[in-house]
Amino acid sequence: MLQLTCPWCGPRDETEFHHGGQAHVARPADPAALDDREWAAYLFFRDNPAGPFAERWVHSLGCRRWFHAVRDTVTYAVLATYRPDEPRPGVAAAARPEGESR
Amino acid sequence: MTGRPDQPARLPHGGRIDRTTTLRFTLDGRELTGHPGDTVASALLAHGLTGVAPSPYRGRPRGIVGAGVEDPGALLRVEGSCAESMLPATTVELYDGLRATTLSGRGRLDPTPDLAVYDKKYVHTDVLVVGAGPAGLAAAAAASRAGARVLLVEDRPDTGGALLATAPGDGPEGAALTWATATRTALDAEPEVRVLTRTCAFGAYDGNYVLALQRRTDHLGAAAPAGVSRQRLWHIRARQVVLATGAHPRPLVFADNDRPGVMLAHAVSTYLHHYGVLPGRRAVVATTDDSAYATAADLAAAGCAVAAVVDSRPELTDTAREFRDRTGVPVRTGSAVTATSGTDRIDGVAVRPLDAAGLPAGPGEELPCELLAVSGGWSPVVHLHSQRQGALRWDADLAAFVPGTAVDGQHLAGAVRGTYDTAGCLAEGARAGALAASAAGLPATVPAPHRPQAPAPVRPLWLVPGDGDDPAAWDTHFVDLPREVTVADLHRAAGTGMRGAEHIKRYTTLGTAHDQGRTSGVNALGVLAALRGADSPGALGTTTYRAPYTPVAFVALAGRETGALFDPARRTALHEGHLARGAVFEDVGQWKRPRYHPRPGEDMDAAVARECRAAREGVAFMDASTLGKIELRGADAGEFLNRVYTNGFKKLRPGLARYGVMCGEDGMIFDDGVTLRLADDRYLMTTTTGNAAAVLDRLEEWLQTEWPELDVTCTSVTEQWATVAVVGPRSRDVVARLAPGLDVGREAFPFMAVRETVLACGVPARICRISFSGELAYEINVSAWYGQAVWDRVEEAGRPEGITPYGTEAMHVLRAEKGFLIVGQDTDGTVTPLDAGMEWVVSRHKDFIGKRSLSRPDTVRADRRHLVALIPADRRTRLPEGTQIVDRGVPLTPQDGPVPMLGHITSGYHSPALGHPFALALLAGGRDRIGDEVVAVVGDTPVPVVVSSPVLYDPEGTRRDG
Repeated sequence: MLQLTCPWCGPRDETEFHHGGQAHVARPADPAALDDREWAAYLFFRDNPAGPFAERWVHSLGCRRWFHAVRDTVTYAVLATYRPDEPRPGVAAAARPEGESR
Repeated sequence: MTGRPDQPARLPHGGRIDRTTTLRFTLDGRELTGHPGDTVASALLAHGLTGVAPSPYRGRPRGIVGAGVEDPGALLRVEGSCAESMLPATTVELYDGLRATTLSGRGRLDPTPDLAVYDKKYVHTDVLVVGAGPAGLAAAAAASRAGARVLLVEDRPDTGGALLATAPGDGPEGAALTWATATRTALDAEPEVRVLTRTCAFGAYDGNYVLALQRRTDHLGAAAPAGVSRQRLWHIRARQVVLATGAHPRPLVFADNDRPGVMLAHAVSTYLHHYGVLPGRRAVVATTDDSAYATAADLAAAGCAVAAVVDSRPELTDTAREFRDRTGVPVRTGSAVTATSGTDRIDGVAVRPLDAAGLPAGPGEELPCELLAVSGGWSPVVHLHSQRQGALRWDADLAAFVPGTAVDGQHLAGAVRGTYDTAGCLAEGARAGALAASAAGLPATVPAPHRPQAPAPVRPLWLVPGDGDDPAAWDTHFVDLPREVTVADLHRAAGTGMRGAEHIKRYTTLGTAHDQGRTSGVNALGVLAALRGADSPGALGTTTYRAPYTPVAFVALAGRETGALFDPARRTALHEGHLARGAVFEDVGQWKRPRYHPRPGEDMDAAVARECRAAREGVAFMDASTLGKIELRGADAGEFLNRVYTNGFKKLRPGLARYGVMCGEDGMIFDDGVTLRLADDRYLMTTTTGNAAAVLDRLEEWLQTEWPELDVTCTSVTEQWATVAVVGPRSRDVVARLAPGLDVGREAFPFMAVRETVLACGVPARICRISFSGELAYEINVSAWYGQAVWDRVEEAGRPEGITPYGTEAMHVLRAEKGFLIVGQDTDGTVTPLDAGMEWVVSRHKDFIGKRSLSRPDTVRADRRHLVALIPADRRTRLPEGTQIVDRGVPLTPQDGPVPMLGHITSGYHSPALGHPFALALLAGGRDRIGDEVVAVVGDTPVPVVVSSPVLYDPEGTRRDG
């Protein structure tokens, strides 16, 4: 089970949190100005990297506040957590085993 | 040699059993005895017995092979208040009065409820050490010395690990055993160290989260103290983990290698030294490495006639030579046991020399024996490493898979790394413990890495060929005993072209029994490699290890969260009153809601019809407290609601309420409800009963992540209010009597108005004119503390009008007659407000969440499913929810291909007001089919139904104002 450090409450078990998908996806200021393709890109399409990924999490069984985490999707290492008003910190991918199948 | 006639194979002294106490137990109906410290397996062997239930498919005699969780053969069903099956006899500790039967591979689930208590504990620790052999004990001691909080878990009843299978005394092994005992005593005295025996760490998860199962009372039988949980599931979060999980011995693969009396050499040593049992008086030892010589020496010292040690290696090693010179037991180098003989138990083995390719060559010999101790090498117990995605690598020198990559926060020591000598285990353990403490932030002095001894040579024998050249005939060369997978089976699997270990595992079921292939997995790869002429098992890859390491009962995982504690039940302030009145309840989300209130002799239909009539013709009342209630405060609350709801709320005047629909960004209906404006900066939103928490979460998400600049605070107040809906043409009279200070006149208190007042009984109340039935109706909201009293006053005030309590079923009928949808019943996440026929609620003038999606090509299709009503053409047939709708003339012949489906029924009831059944449905292009006939398939019966506008009752809305 992951351990996430809520920026307000500190380290807690994953079961206290809910995952909210990719972070730093701003809602378009004027959705009506977008054509169907652009709106679909906002609505349906998200990145799916193998490696560090900025995600939204909410401490739903704690302070109920949203925050961001950079998590390595291969090793599941949580590389950083930060408040939604903070920029994404630069973090390197966690070391991971080579040539290993999952 | 024996002290007891009933236990002829028990040694007169030695072992860690208590000979002063005799335990009586029953196995397969046979009365047997044993001692505290015995397992069922060791007590059975002490009687000179070895056989257990035959193999499941071929009925072959089977015996005890191992001495712990690695044993592939002996399974028990242990009787008790709730019998338990599939327990390895080698791990079930003996207690007085134990009754068990051995199983042929299959257990039976006891249908008796298990009344034992299972609990859980959640702990944090600096260092978790798994395994209390020499490496684990050394690691725990080192970590403790550095000041770390340490948890040491050991699956077996005793700490000491492999040392428990060695001879006590003055030699180096005896010294290690003495050290282990002293270390355990010292650890027990440390306040920050906890040693848990009988505790198996079975799952390792991200972030060093480890699950371990502790067996607390299983070994006590009737002496188990009351009030102590039988098993405890430990949820452990460790900063650092040290795996000192040891290694399992491997058997050898040759003809008839499953015959009772064939045992793992290490298990034989364990029975000798741990249990004081000699498993056979005439023995042969077969090995591929040095480790079995200790067993051979142990057997000889215990008075067993060891006919020979059969060693696959061509040269005598130092250990072998020393053994031969000391004991005089002959050693057959470059040889292998190729077969066994006997009926229910072996009475001899065939030994043949091997050529350089490992094939039997030249004449052999027959050696009589009743015990064959085999050692086919060792498999490190890498499960908890592998579960954390730690890779494995094949080590040819050790002939074993060993951990190949580091796992963050995990340290390895001892046999799990392929270090088998005691000195090496102690050194690695001390270093791993210090490293773990240091990584956990404690000042530890880390000793230099241990310089490993060069391992003694091994010559693995993956497959000892049988008679002839065709492996297809080698069908008594067992690789996996419980699944009865033989070399012939693997040969057939390989012959189909399967290459991957995982494929062959699934094809043959190898490794899928209770023992999860602990002793068979690597041998299977070795056999495949030998069949294919490949170099080594390492070339074939390995299987993926998944939790649990040993079987865990579901009851233990459930713990206390069963029955009434499985899920919280939410009850309104009026619950006791409903109970007293005999209401029939239903679950709505976690809420218990009255479904209907039957009078004596009434069934549900009759009660619901009566309740509906009361609401339509007189006055009825219901408990509406479960509706979600969220208070929104702040200068921007109106702006926020404007963005959340499809319709406008910013300009709603205080004192008025409005129905609203909210969508997801995909344009699909997410929730609906009435929101009251209490003041300029204060709204009270109501939500669907089952969706209240999700709505609050959604509001918080938008406020925190997208619009943090808005001044809005959301507070759940669902449980602070009790709500009584008073419904029906005569409700005005009742409310007037309840709230004499309130002008309830048609114009003074219009539809969708909100009034604050004080009831005649002195309770402050907020009353709204909201209707979910189409009738004149009021919702009386009071503090939950006064809920029951106010309900009773409503009942009293309505007595002249014959006020009738009604439940959710009548509420559903009333709302469906009016075409009011219920989110989650009539919608399913694929329905837009336009699909639901609610364009009137969709603002053209402002943006809202999901608006853009309502003009996507997919959401404007003409054939989208619309919410409509259906009326059975015969006006009699009930239309159950979930019924599928097809076009007229479509043959219902699924055997000829799919039957095109136009939609399905979402709500279906009998309408007392209309006098016939009806349904709400989602129907493709439904609004364009109004007046048409389609077919609802009820069971196998096509029922013609007429499509109608969803509002069937009072479409003009004349009844709303009474």
